[in-house]
Amino acid sequence: MIIELGHYALVLALATCLVISVLPVIGARRGDAALMAVATTGTYALFGLVAFSFGVLTWGYVVSDFSVQNVYENSHSMKPMIYKISGVWGNHEGSMMLWVLILTLFSAMVAFFGTNLPDRLKANVLSVQAWITTAFTLFILLTSNPFVRLSPVPAEGQDLNPVLQDIGLAIHPPLLYLGYVGFSVCFSFAIAALIDGRIDAAWARWVRPWTLTAWTFLTAGISMGSYWAYYELGWGGWWFWDPVENASFMPWLAGTALLHSALVMEKRDALKIWTVLLAIIAFSLSLLGTFLVRSGVLTSVHAFATDPTRGIFILCILIIFIGGALTLFALRAPTLKAGGLFQPISREGALVLNNLILTVSAATVLIGTLYPLLLETLTDEKISVGPPFFNLTFGFLMAPLLLAVPFGPMLAWKRGDLLAALQRLYLAAGLALVAGLVLFYAENGGPVLAVVGLAMAFFLIFGALADLWFRAGFGKQTASIAWSRLKGLPRSAFGTSLAHMGLGITVLGIVAVTTFETETVVEMKPGMTAEAGGFVLTFDGMRAGQGPNYTEDRGHFTIRKAGVAVADVWSSKRLYTARRMPTTEAGIVTFGLSQLYVSLGDPMADGGLVVRIWWKPWILCIWLGTVVMMAGGVVSLSDRRLRVGVPKRRAKVVAPVPGQVAEAAE
Amino acid sequence: MKAWFQKIAPHPAAATFSPQAGRRANPLTPAIPSPRLRGEGQGEGQRRLALQRIFLLLVLLFAPIHAFAVNPDEVLADPALEHRARTLSSELRCMVCQNQSIDDSNAELARDLRLVVRERLVNGDSDEQVLDYVVSRYGEFVLLKPRLSAKTLILWGAPAALALVALIVAVFYARRRANDRDPAEKLSAEEEARLGRLMDGD
Repeated sequence: MIIELGHYALVLALATCLVISVLPVIGARRGDAALMAVATTGTYALFGLVAFSFGVLTWGYVVSDFSVQNVYENSHSMKPMIYKISGVWGNHEGSMMLWVLILTLFSAMVAFFGTNLPDRLKANVLSVQAWITTAFTLFILLTSNPFVRLSPVPAEGQDLNPVLQDIGLAIHPPLLYLGYVGFSVCFSFAIAALIDGRIDAAWARWVRPWTLTAWTFLTAGISMGSYWAYYELGWGGWWFWDPVENASFMPWLAGTALLHSALVMEKRDALKIWTVLLAIIAFSLSLLGTFLVRSGVLTSVHAFATDPTRGIFILCILIIFIGGALTLFALRAPTLKAGGLFQPISREGALVLNNLILTVSAATVLIGTLYPLLLETLTDEKISVGPPFFNLTFGFLMAPLLLAVPFGPMLAWKRGDLLAALQRLYLAAGLALVAGLVLFYAENGGPVLAVVGLAMAFFLIFGALADLWFRAGFGKQTASIAWSRLKGLPRSAFGTSLAHMGLGITVLGIVAVTTFETETVVEMKPGMTAEAGGFVLTFDGMRAGQGPNYTEDRGHFTIRKAGVAVADVWSSKRLYTARRMPTTEAGIVTFGLSQLYVSLGDPMADGGLVVRIWWKPWILCIWLGTVVMMAGGVVSLSDRRLRVGVPKRRAKVVAPVPGQVAEAAE
Repeated sequence: MKAWFQKIAPHPAAATFSPQAGRRANPLTPAIPSPRLRGEGQGEGQRRLALQRIFLLLVLLFAPIHAFAVNPDEVLADPALEHRARTLSSELRCMVCQNQSIDDSNAELARDLRLVVRERLVNGDSDEQVLDYVVSRYGEFVLLKPRLSAKTLILWGAPAALALVALIVAVFYARRRANDRDPAEKLSAEEEARLGRLMDGD
């Protein structure tokens, strides 16, 4: 009965969606406040219904109700509770439910925080959000209903894919979806503005916090997914250019570009048309990612769906939304007035370069991902586009961007002075080169090109610090004045600096681990030792173990440095009983920012065991950098500028003329 | 090291479909007849059954092999050759895996290919000759870095072409904008004259 209520709530949600899709738009056309107000209340109701429906599905998992087909197929009564809950979105139907839940959550947040928006804009934005929700709710109800019952009721479920039975599944998809779906808000703002036919700097100010939020979550989601793959898949890779990874990376690239172009639009009223287009592109890439993953068109570890009807349905959603948005854009863009002018060498110019490279990179990833599919469809010829292609092309595109990053914030708006920026940065560049050489020497060398990579990474970090240094006026002012100026800098300045520094840290990790990583593959018997990263590992032997829903063989290793035991680690191979599936659980020991990664292989004929040991120097920098980037996003989000509309509205309440409030807020 | 598909269980929907599969995939509940999916056509069912059998076959074939990609017994004595072998392996696709190089894969086929690569290298082939040989056996599909040819021209050309086009558009647009603004910002002759009059006269 409860399950049917959940199903019913989802149907009601669809009905609500249809109402919000139509009435507020009409209201906005006619200037009817009552019709426009439907959007806000309707959006809250919609979120409530979807949340209830999602809660019901979760309930089915929590109590292991195997009469529900979805629960039967993806859960097991012996599974730990956390995996029962995270298992809700560990399958196609459930993950689409999560998608819609987060979509409506964002709609509700727009309704809640959007009190300072002009009524028409708000009504239109919420309506566009409802269009998207309608499409995806329909998709769930028609092709991927998670509430289907089974009869007779099975006594036990089939368990969740063991790879997914990990804390990573509890965190990674929700974060990723918060990012992916968050861009829907930017998209809706863009469409709403195009419908209205007017767009200005205020629009950018309203869109920027949502872009920042989505970007921050997407960064978190991608980074988390990367770390999850790193420790779970058992061979220490952290990025595979897998189509599914690319699907999340493309919106990130476009979103990063959007973040920067919205800045230009907000401050200088320039790049308006481009920013609107970018908002459409960012969410279109999110939709495309959803299509690629959900349709099963690229079969890989993430693609649970294999049913083509679903693929075609999402493809239709994709075509309608992207096609519709671009058509609307083509119709309205010429009527939008272009804004402020700027010289090529200026902050705007630097941000244009940023946008140029980021969008070309996103396009490159897109082409690389889709090319084999298209070629096969058109000519029946099969080719592969793998990591070597992406590393080469993406690397070439990124290098100039990374080099340019520290210059951007140093240039003035409108007309910048490259020479002055160079003068400010030469110290950072010099220090970066020294730091690169020192690290290169400390790690006992490698390809000389590594120095360039390391120096570039340090240049990003030092450049970001230099930006704050000069903004505060250290060197020109006395230290105490500079210090108080530093404290007085807007949070967004710290956000920029942190995000750029984080990028540098990530690049540092990538370059270091790519260059200095060592791999040792040995056959070991108990008592034997192997060396990696200056440590000596002794294989102590194997022990059988039993988990709640798996059996495992664990190998124990003692790690010594200069004869002294510094750590020990278990590395295991598991067999999940319900699905008879083997997995490896690598043993990972952290030393500072570096890690020792121990993975077990097959027993050999003579009783030995193949053991693979990697020394991964500085690898944690990769994810630490993303955490710093996210911190930058959060700090920037807390900037007063982005909240400035709220007190304005409160002040206006004193003058109780609704029309004026809307105008003033515009 | 591990083939992706080894980590993927049989697709749940497929597993529920046939009673045999249900039993094989789920030994804990042999007594329960697997429920059929609703509204599943007979032809559709047959197709799925076939697909699922292939999948099961694959799983059964490869599941017991749980080796690392490169085993100690494969490694060449000459470190320089071994290094070349590793680099080449990372550019060759494992044909039975999804999006994995033979360097990362533990499938039997990947192992065979790794041995082939090493054998050719030991026999004195250049990197290019090894790749040629592997391509002659498996086709272009095996290369993770596709070769530049008529059919990959767009792929390889796209990044540079896009960057160039974007740059040209940006420059063109900026120039046009600058020109557009000129008439508005500069004063017409008439305006100049009027301004002169205003300045000169009282």
